[in-house]
Amino acid sequence: MLKVLKAGFYTTIQDAGRFYYRNKGVPVSGVMDEISVFKLDSLLENEEPSAVLEITMTGPTLVFEKETYMALGGAKLSATLNNLPIQNYKVYKIEKGDIISFGKLEKGFRSYLAVKGGFTSEQVLGSRSFYRPITKNNRLNDNDIVPYSTQLNFQPKISEIKVDSFLDDTVLEVTKAPEFDLLTDKQLEDIFSKTFTVAHENNRMAYQLTETIRPHTISMLTSATIPGTVQLTPAGKLIVLMKDGQTTGGYPRVVQLTDKAICILAQKKGGDSLSIKLV
Amino acid sequence: MNSPKINIKPFGVHSVMIEWPNEVSEIILEKILHFERFLTKEIFIDNEWELVPSYNSLLITNRTEQLDFLKLSSHIHNWYAQLKESPKPDRYLWRLPVSYDLEFGLDLEEVANRLQKTKEEIIAMHTGATYTVFGIGFLPGFMYLGGIDEGLELPRKATPRPKVIKGAVGVAGKQAGIYPQESPGGWNIIGNCAVPIFDATKENPCFVSVGDKIEFYRISKAEHDLRKIEAEVGIYKPEKIKINA
Repeated sequence: MLKVLKAGFYTTIQDAGRFYYRNKGVPVSGVMDEISVFKLDSLLENEEPSAVLEITMTGPTLVFEKETYMALGGAKLSATLNNLPIQNYKVYKIEKGDIISFGKLEKGFRSYLAVKGGFTSEQVLGSRSFYRPITKNNRLNDNDIVPYSTQLNFQPKISEIKVDSFLDDTVLEVTKAPEFDLLTDKQLEDIFSKTFTVAHENNRMAYQLTETIRPHTISMLTSATIPGTVQLTPAGKLIVLMKDGQTTGGYPRVVQLTDKAICILAQKKGGDSLSIKLV
Repeated sequence: MNSPKINIKPFGVHSVMIEWPNEVSEIILEKILHFERFLTKEIFIDNEWELVPSYNSLLITNRTEQLDFLKLSSHIHNWYAQLKESPKPDRYLWRLPVSYDLEFGLDLEEVANRLQKTKEEIIAMHTGATYTVFGIGFLPGFMYLGGIDEGLELPRKATPRPKVIKGAVGVAGKQAGIYPQESPGGWNIIGNCAVPIFDATKENPCFVSVGDKIEFYRISKAEHDLRKIEAEVGIYKPEKIKINA
């Protein structure tokens, strides 16, 4: 068991996501930054995408109550293990009673804590990913308990990886989405030449961008959306749907983020700058 | 019958969007659902695929694979052209109990005033229609219902409420619906339905599917309270009638 001593700003359990219920309106959920979590699963030799903690901006304080192996990735959050600094993408052996805590946000926005074998919390509709009201809670609270199975004698083939970090990347690569062809030349110019700022309205459901592009009067019937869909409101605001984003929407879907661009955006916070590039 | 024309559009690298003419039509919806059944049964069989129908469109999305848009759209056009008549699946008309007590029908009096009708007339119009589920989205289990009585059409509220309770029954423009969970909302609230439309503890968390029909019938506040208790302990059973679509 992992015990939450202090919950931090917004920590959730996430796995690969909740599939097959989109046609009932259930968002996919799952880790926002799949690239970082894939590396952690590789390092810990987890066969399936495992359930991890997704830690946002300000980290929790956690105590491990059983032996295991752990690795951190994604954002750099000045993590310490029993008050000694630890690195991202390195396997640490955990003893009963070890305490992990986090400090200043150095880079990125979402950090991931993975254990050998993954967390084994309750599954709802085939997934451990938090999403209220499908799951009881939308985030971990003080004194919550997160189960995992004891892991002894794991010999990692690689104990540490140097990563090509994309935390500094500021270009979101996109491809066409269904209403792309309805955009005017001026709107296209706006989207692909402006520098955008991430608005403070950003969370696991959607990221808004502060700068607007020219408005539109396109009206359409409600239709499906997916994580990474960029919607354009009539006033010219761009809204990027993320993993907890609604499964249908009535705004034109103008471009679609690539898988990597979703990960890049997931590591951005309010005030960060970025640009959009069609590939 | 000639099939309505389709348009296939790229939607990122994992998805394509098939679109039918831009209108709210049961004929189009039936065609979409017919094609969806064929694709789910014959083509996109493995569990990497998901299909999402709504009004005049059908999303086809793959979890991991990068799709070859040109190749796939040419296949889709062929499959659509060769689509054969097939037995219709079981469809249901769900009859849902609504309490129009003013405790729940927060906007019932205002709606009646704005439409220059009595509350009784508003309730009669709301319970008198048979609605079609054109889509499910926005929230888990949120149904987009078409088929509202024209006399009951009015704009959404000027200022949305920060909090609308679970089960709230609303109308806005040409749409009717039920909030399946507490959420912010701008629809005019005229009652409450105690039967949960979405229940994550059930293997099939939402008994309604796109293409089903919905009717509302009036119950008293006392009966609503009883239904609510049933729902809380999980023994509710929505009343359904099998229909031939």
